[in-house]
Amino acid sequence: MANTSNLRVAVIGGGPGGYAAAFLAADLGMKVTLIDPEANPGGVCLYRGCIPSKALLHVAKLLEEAEQAKNWGIEFGEPKVDLNKLREWKASIVKKLTGGLGQLSKQRSVTFVSGRAAFVNATTLKVTKTAAGGEETLTFDRIVIATGSRPTVVPSLKLDSPRLMDSTGALDLPDIPKTLLVIGGGYIGLELGSVYATLGTKVTVVEMLSGLLPGADRDLVLPLHKRLEKLFSAILLNTTVKSLKDEKTGIRVTLDGPNVKEKEQVFDRVLMSVGRRPNSEIPGLDKTKVKVNAKGFIEINEQRQTAEPTVYAIGDVAGEPMLAHKAMHEGRCAVEAIAGHKVAFEPNAIPAVVFTDPEIAWAGLTETQAKEQGREITVAKFPWAASGRAITLDRPEGLTKLLIDPKTERVLGVGIVGLGAGELIAEGVLAIEMCALAADVGMTIHPHPTLSETMMEAAEIFYGQATDIYRPKK
Amino acid sequence: MATEFKLPELGENIASGDLVRLMIKPGASIAEGQPVMELETDKAVIEVPSSIGGVVLEIKVKEGQKVKVGEVIFTIEGGAAAPADEPRKHEPVEHMSGQQGARLAFQLAMRAEGKTEEQALPPDRPQAASVAFSMPVQLGKVAGTDRDPIPAAPHVRRLAREIGVNIRSVVGSGPGGRISEDDVKQYAKSALMQAAAAAQTPRGIFVEPELPDFAKWGKTERVSMRGVRRKTAEHLRQAWNTIPHVTQQDRADITELEQLRAKFAPRAEEAGGKMTVTTIALKVCASALKVFPQFNASIDMGKEEIIYKQYINIGVAVDTDRGLLVPVIRDVDKKNIVELAAEMTQLSKKARDRKLTPEEMEGGTFTITNLGGIGGTGFSPIVNHPEVAILGLSRSRMEPEWVNNKFEPRLILPLSLSYDHRLIDGADAARFLRWIAEAFEQPFLLSVQG
Repeated sequence: MANTSNLRVAVIGGGPGGYAAAFLAADLGMKVTLIDPEANPGGVCLYRGCIPSKALLHVAKLLEEAEQAKNWGIEFGEPKVDLNKLREWKASIVKKLTGGLGQLSKQRSVTFVSGRAAFVNATTLKVTKTAAGGEETLTFDRIVIATGSRPTVVPSLKLDSPRLMDSTGALDLPDIPKTLLVIGGGYIGLELGSVYATLGTKVTVVEMLSGLLPGADRDLVLPLHKRLEKLFSAILLNTTVKSLKDEKTGIRVTLDGPNVKEKEQVFDRVLMSVGRRPNSEIPGLDKTKVKVNAKGFIEINEQRQTAEPTVYAIGDVAGEPMLAHKAMHEGRCAVEAIAGHKVAFEPNAIPAVVFTDPEIAWAGLTETQAKEQGREITVAKFPWAASGRAITLDRPEGLTKLLIDPKTERVLGVGIVGLGAGELIAEGVLAIEMCALAADVGMTIHPHPTLSETMMEAAEIFYGQATDIYRPKK
Repeated sequence: MATEFKLPELGENIASGDLVRLMIKPGASIAEGQPVMELETDKAVIEVPSSIGGVVLEIKVKEGQKVKVGEVIFTIEGGAAAPADEPRKHEPVEHMSGQQGARLAFQLAMRAEGKTEEQALPPDRPQAASVAFSMPVQLGKVAGTDRDPIPAAPHVRRLAREIGVNIRSVVGSGPGGRISEDDVKQYAKSALMQAAAAAQTPRGIFVEPELPDFAKWGKTERVSMRGVRRKTAEHLRQAWNTIPHVTQQDRADITELEQLRAKFAPRAEEAGGKMTVTTIALKVCASALKVFPQFNASIDMGKEEIIYKQYINIGVAVDTDRGLLVPVIRDVDKKNIVELAAEMTQLSKKARDRKLTPEEMEGGTFTITNLGGIGGTGFSPIVNHPEVAILGLSRSRMEPEWVNNKFEPRLILPLSLSYDHRLIDGADAARFLRWIAEAFEQPFLLSVQG
């Protein structure tokens, strides 16, 4: 194997993919430079994505549970929201985590450059420094692009108004508007919509397709849909936004859809969450052989190497799914490839989690995809109404299902809706990645009483022998 | 509901067969166990009985077609699949009931809310391209490819990559075809051994020489090599390439034996058999194999071991209109000549009527081939691998023999023994064949030594 300890590696972008790559490269003895406009690594995920949204969702859940506690004989009275304090708390989390990453960079002797990079050629970058100012031209042996993605803007709905927010603006929590229109029924819109709704905003969600969370199996979405119908003032499906107009009192929105009662409505704020697009417009990229496809993703091979042999690309900028955990795995894969290890990015499953209440999570094959592929599967479903733990939490609407190959009995996919689905799915991912059979999951002792038992019982249902559910044979 | 009948397992190493004749028609009522078709496998035509009963709905195969084990042959209305077809411990219906139960419960819940399922769960429509919010999905395929996931744990996949094994060619030995670390190592090892063997013995890999264009010299016709012919060709090429052949010739004076044969033939006929030279040769060879056990053996080069068989099953080559078939007579050493004659007659008839089962052609330890009925003075038979020897009989004829200082007319049977020189030395072969010749000449030897 070539001596990799002297390799100079640059990582452009300090998100989860970028810092995971940089840290592993440093651990493998390479000389690493991590370039990001922020003061510390962290990227969208830590600064304005996964982490701050989860802090707010935690608060939303608390508010909802406090409300629900009335059913159990506990009353707290009306909650008072101190928005400044809430923002401070959220900011402190971000600071703590990003600061920690800065520390880890130092400990690993990773040179962190706060700035923006442009390609001079396949091995040379010109970095414009954000904080310190000035430019620096640096030469490397390998460069890893990890520039991530940003919220999509619908061109016809462009509006220069502080009332129109993207996910970044919404996470800043400028105020608690009386009314909020969420454009896009994907996971970002539903997560942030839930936060505002529990804080007291009347939220309307508009989705142009026929269901929320396109791509997820309908039986998983159903319990969430039912709960959101109560939480939100309206969920308008098959509906499009025709125009946005900034007015003194708010944004006037023209809607078009079968269930739209008022075509024109005024909202205090509008959240545009129609998706994210890759940040592949890196200055000077055309001076390399790196190829960008029609959707804006950088083209890569199994090792995450671009058409330019010295340049690698990982994370959101390199393709779907745009998820932090996928980016981290890719980052490590790219660095190992640079180190000369024989590796490839070839997971059997990448979990997807929607952090709403209830949460939805899935991994591997979904029922919809199995149908599209014409693939024969057996679906074993365990409704949480039969789970003791779910009943004690007063949340029996959940569902755990396994998608099983009837011939090999291998677990091909797992789908969960319910409290903590995002945590529970990890077992499903492990099962798929380790090629577990339904029997393996069923014969693994799960702690009682927990929601994790639903995985085991779903597997038992496959064999028609679940303890807590009776399905008579025909 | 329709129930499928799939081609069941037919025997060891039989994966498919040519459908010779269908014995059912759509709309016909069939009973469990009733033969439904004739299948020509590598060595026999087999009647396949149905494991299900009912009215035939649809036939999914045609005569003349190749049918694989597990392939759906026909469906019947109603009925239940026989357990033999589904070796799994749970029946597929059981899974369905679980799924249907959940579905039913869901439908009831929907009805209670006054909605149809369609309304409650509108089917997914393809996403519009413009404002498409794409949910992070992993399409049940290896990321970024349209390949199915490999049934191997991540560390196993990495090991394969590191040692240069294409994990998609590895067959998993675990449940559900799961590939273990050992499977990958074993695969790599056997691949290396094959490569090494191929490098050492170029004969191991046989490259078919290119054929000239025969049509240049006249009209030709190409006929596909099916069933028995193809199997014979493959088997003999393998035998010829594997075994270093030597043929030992000898002659047996069967003048006295022929008199005995004529005398006792009616007894065999009473038992339904025909006492032929082949039948007697069976008995003689069974005795010889007891005295010379290395002729009743096989070689395992991989493990560098010799496998001595404690049973004597002798195959007899039978010439049929479809080609050469070799039914095997079991435990020859435990049967008398009359019994052997009866069994031989029965098996020959079965072979000619295409009724031999694959099991009746398996497990031989030695083979006899008799071309005497046609003529010839001697030939070199090819050893029926993995056996190590074969005895060829040619036509016996009267010849002048120098007996007691004068020529006497004697009936002489030519014997040709081909053997695997890896296991059997020339001297042993000569002794073995001499023993056989002497046993033919003095049948009493069978009782003394055999």
